[in-house]
Amino acid sequence: MLILECPNCGVMAEEAELVPGGEAHLKRFGPESSDADFEGYLFQRENPRGVHFERWRHAHGCGKWFHAARCTQTLEVFATYPAQTTAPPQDIRDAISAKRPGWTWREIR
Amino acid sequence: MGKKRYSVFAVAREAVRHHTGWDRAWASPEPRKKYDVIIIGAGGHGLATAYYLGRNFGITNVAVLEKGWLGGGNTGRNTTIIRSNYLQDPSAAIYEKSRSLYETLSQELNMNIMFSPRGVIMLAQTEHERRGYQRTAHANALQGITTEFIGPARVKELVPIINIDGPRYPVLGGLWQARGGTARHDAVAWGYARACSEMGIHVIQKCEVTGIRRDDGGKVAGVDTSRGSIDCDKLGIVVAGHSGVLAQMAGFRLPIESVALQALVSEPIKPCMDVVVMANTVHGYMSQSDKGEMVIGGGADGYNNYTQRGSFHHVEETVRALVETFPIVSRLKMLRQWGGIVDMTGDRSPIISKTPLAGCFINCGWGTGGFKAIPGSGWGFAEMIAKGHSPLTDAFGLERFREGRFIDESVAAGVAH
Repeated sequence: MLILECPNCGVMAEEAELVPGGEAHLKRFGPESSDADFEGYLFQRENPRGVHFERWRHAHGCGKWFHAARCTQTLEVFATYPAQTTAPPQDIRDAISAKRPGWTWREIR
Repeated sequence: MGKKRYSVFAVAREAVRHHTGWDRAWASPEPRKKYDVIIIGAGGHGLATAYYLGRNFGITNVAVLEKGWLGGGNTGRNTTIIRSNYLQDPSAAIYEKSRSLYETLSQELNMNIMFSPRGVIMLAQTEHERRGYQRTAHANALQGITTEFIGPARVKELVPIINIDGPRYPVLGGLWQARGGTARHDAVAWGYARACSEMGIHVIQKCEVTGIRRDDGGKVAGVDTSRGSIDCDKLGIVVAGHSGVLAQMAGFRLPIESVALQALVSEPIKPCMDVVVMANTVHGYMSQSDKGEMVIGGGADGYNNYTQRGSFHHVEETVRALVETFPIVSRLKMLRQWGGIVDMTGDRSPIISKTPLAGCFINCGWGTGGFKAIPGSGWGFAEMIAKGHSPLTDAFGLERFREGRFIDESVAAGVAH
């Protein structure tokens, strides 16, 4: 069972306590954007076998959103971090690089 | 190659020869330098595609590349349910084509795939679901697919072990497809592989694709594999859960996310249920195998992963709900549990499409319900590769997301698919 530490309340929360919220750091595209951008925002999703960044909600706990950096192949959790950011913090990227040299996710490395 | 046919006489002959005369069912050739068509993925869908390329279009200079062993992915991990009671016309067409091909597949492939049209009931356990299935039954009548909405008494008659007035999940009726059923999943892959091999199509196992090459004109030129580089004119990607990984190699993105879907089987018991029962409200479905095991399908994980194992709290959810509807299973021991990686699209319908890379086609997104579609999917995808398009698959293009032409089966199919 997946266990994530909620950065909002500090609880080590089990999967059953959490609700997954899909891909992290999506950039919203609205009515003025191109069809391709809008399609990308609505439908296209990163689906890597390896390093992935996601949104989660501590639904049966503090109720707040946060981010998680995970490996989809091994279920290893690299880190969790607050929701109030548009990209993974540098220290978490460095920590992932130490374990998965050469990883990329979208344009992030 | 003129393989020996399987028949009752062959079994009798080999019985008196101590089974020394059986041939290998398919060849394991070395890859050629170049093929007309390369199919990536030797699961049911990939092998069926290769088979119908040869059978319907005479294209036999084809290789099917498989990174593991034949049918070792979702083809060997599903709960083998076959049905075609879908809501939307394009889905009903391809699933019904598939179901009707299953009817005669044993004879066609000369391999007993053990198709058992024992009937499938989808239980309506909420008022909303009851109306939904009545709507599907009407849609099926217009599509020419024989289904029927039946009441609780008839459900009880068909499934004596069911508890129809459970306090939490009473059975309000069911959508009954009498010609739905099950088949032996491995035999489907083996049968297609044997038939392909007989036509001279190469089925190459333990050959993992590591890259997709393009020529100067931006068209697909071939693939790099763990057994060297192979050229091709056309490429078909049929890799289910790993579609995202291959799409990345080919340089495009997909509206797909991969999650683990799991199933489990009980210890074998005496025959007690001769139909397939799906209970979508509680995310569980059950049938009894020929060995007597109760085969139980559960829910999918809510987050992306490639682990092929599933999780125990989903097992608990599934079994807890099934115990109320089928009190008989409460004392059963579960023998095995496993997971497969399914490729989920937003509208729960597959993608059978050309791709932004010229000459490269993709067949994916079957999500939690790919097994039932194997023959129809192969039939349509082969036509698309050979002729550029197929009436069976036209509605399932990648562009439907951009154009807002969804084939929305998420309501009709729920999670048990």
